[in-house]
Amino acid sequence: MRRTVVLALPLLWMAVFFLAPFVIVLSIAFAEAAEGLPPYAPLLRWVGDGLPVLQLNLGNFQLLLEDPYYLDAYRRSLTVAGISAMLCLLLGYPMALAIARAPERWRSPLLLAVMLPFWTSFLLRITAWIGILQDAGWLNGALLALGLITEPLHILYTDAAMYLGITYGYLPFMVLPLYANLVKHDTALLEAAADLGAKPWRAFLQVTLPLSIPGMIAGFLLVFIPAVGEFVIPELLGGPGAQLIGRVLWTEFFQNRDWPLASALASALLLALVLPIALFQWRAARAR
Amino acid sequence: MSSLREARRDPAVEPFLRIEGVTKRYGAVAALEGVDLSIWRGEFFALLGGSGSGKSTLLRCLAGLIQPDGGRILLDGQDMAGVPAHERPVNMMFQSYALFPHLDVARNIGFGLKQEGAPKALVRERVGEMLALVRMEGFANRRPHELSGGQRARVALARALAKRPKLLLLDEPLSALDKNLRESMQFELQRIQETTGTTFVIVTHDQEEAMTMATRLAVMDRGALVQVGTPAEVYEFPNSRFTADFLGTANIFEGVIETVTPDGARIASKELDLDILAEGEPPKPQGSRAFVAIRPERMRIARATPDDGPAANRAVGRVRDIAYAGNVFLYHVVLEGNAGKEIRVTQPVLRRITERPVDWEDRVVVTWDRHAALVLPE
Repeated sequence: MRRTVVLALPLLWMAVFFLAPFVIVLSIAFAEAAEGLPPYAPLLRWVGDGLPVLQLNLGNFQLLLEDPYYLDAYRRSLTVAGISAMLCLLLGYPMALAIARAPERWRSPLLLAVMLPFWTSFLLRITAWIGILQDAGWLNGALLALGLITEPLHILYTDAAMYLGITYGYLPFMVLPLYANLVKHDTALLEAAADLGAKPWRAFLQVTLPLSIPGMIAGFLLVFIPAVGEFVIPELLGGPGAQLIGRVLWTEFFQNRDWPLASALASALLLALVLPIALFQWRAARAR
Repeated sequence: MSSLREARRDPAVEPFLRIEGVTKRYGAVAALEGVDLSIWRGEFFALLGGSGSGKSTLLRCLAGLIQPDGGRILLDGQDMAGVPAHERPVNMMFQSYALFPHLDVARNIGFGLKQEGAPKALVRERVGEMLALVRMEGFANRRPHELSGGQRARVALARALAKRPKLLLLDEPLSALDKNLRESMQFELQRIQETTGTTFVIVTHDQEEAMTMATRLAVMDRGALVQVGTPAEVYEFPNSRFTADFLGTANIFEGVIETVTPDGARIASKELDLDILAEGEPPKPQGSRAFVAIRPERMRIARATPDDGPAANRAVGRVRDIAYAGNVFLYHVVLEGNAGKEIRVTQPVLRRITERPVDWEDRVVVTWDRHAALVLPE
């Protein structure tokens, strides 16, 4: 009884806040675009003699597969998210390790410092980077004053600025799961490795690193998944050229008012993310 | 065993491990206070002590996991100062076993050899050899979480021996096992120590474990060695009240040495209100204050008749408590007389109990022989 309740609560949550919206979005994706409010034709239509007719429009999905514009946007979004997640991992791992190995009384303040940026608005923080990175910004000002450069660097509105912004914004999501994993490691394992002749860096590679793989995967996914659909950071910091899926979605939805196509884009993105992860989890569970 | 003892007494033979004045402080607390100890090649040496006695600290100094603040450690003539743990020819079996959870049994055992860059064929051969030594053939591909406690202990031992260390350190290796398993593992450890000939230093708080396994042992208290010797030496001739009561149990009485004759001493004990006769020459001169230790199992207990009274080596009291441990009775006897001192007496249970030879509140006489009483040097 108790078990059922415990299991039912998250399932109910998932059904109401994930499954139901997804079904709605998916049903819009199969609809025909139309003038009006809402701007799409209903899936079920009543023909003259009172029989309901289900009309599925596969055209939107077909378009996604055929038009390289959308495929490119997907590919580029996945690449940007992958590189950003790797950058977060490279930066976040040493941070998480340092916090996990710090004396116990230092760990909470250090973790708090990692989470501190969440206390100010996300938009504000990203906008602040514009002030830092722009041609007449603080960074260029400082570099010019130090005499390291003679002309301002054009960083803002480039890929570099976009990666910087995404890495900055999502770093805590990498540090927290990694820390949670690393802090649980038994220190006796490292002593045993040293005792058996492993130099500190080899002990790290052979013991700490493999044991932290679950933390790395969790952190990677927590950064990668939201970064794929990221709209604000590329919009504010990135260049105008390349289209990411976030912007494509926005354009289809608000500028073209093509809700069915936007819904198809969103559904395809979700499936493209969920299926490989589910497959990976299933294989990991089987390997164990 | 006998050759070992001879080697130890021969001043010409250099000890294999020499610990000289090793000190370790944590803030104001001294974990080790100038420990001097020599251990010979092939010994099975036990460091015995309660928690906080410094025994584990000393072991970790030997492993190189912590650096002593002062003193020297010489292993096979080589000064270990500044030699980090990963370069010492010393391996340790950890209390928690510290097996690598992501590696199977074979990779755990081969871990140390792999660090040296040993060829794969040698690693495979040695792993097989070690698995056979600890009787774990057929478990090579298991992960640690698939093993029982006893099997994990065997793998930990095999891993620590795989590099053929000069010195094997064992940190409370059997404390996680239940009693029967612990006993069989004690024999196993002895067998393995004899087959490999490796010098073992084991840390334990279990005096029975130290007594059964070790060729020699050191009793530690508050960062210092209290007594070093063979189990029999330390048990039969404890040098202090601490050792007498730590290794086994002992009744300890205070008194003054009254007379010393060639065949023994007479100690007048105010505490007991009677004289204690002890065999042999006491370690202290006539007229000095001394402590006498008498082990509970070397005392006899019997119901007293109304006219029984105290005499030399003969106390009279009342049974306050009886503990039945299956193989022995443990009596708590409150002595008659001024102090009301409580002593412990054990008696083997020779027959199935239908009737207790001595019962609660019985008036009893407790007697002992002259050789049971030992005058302590400290």
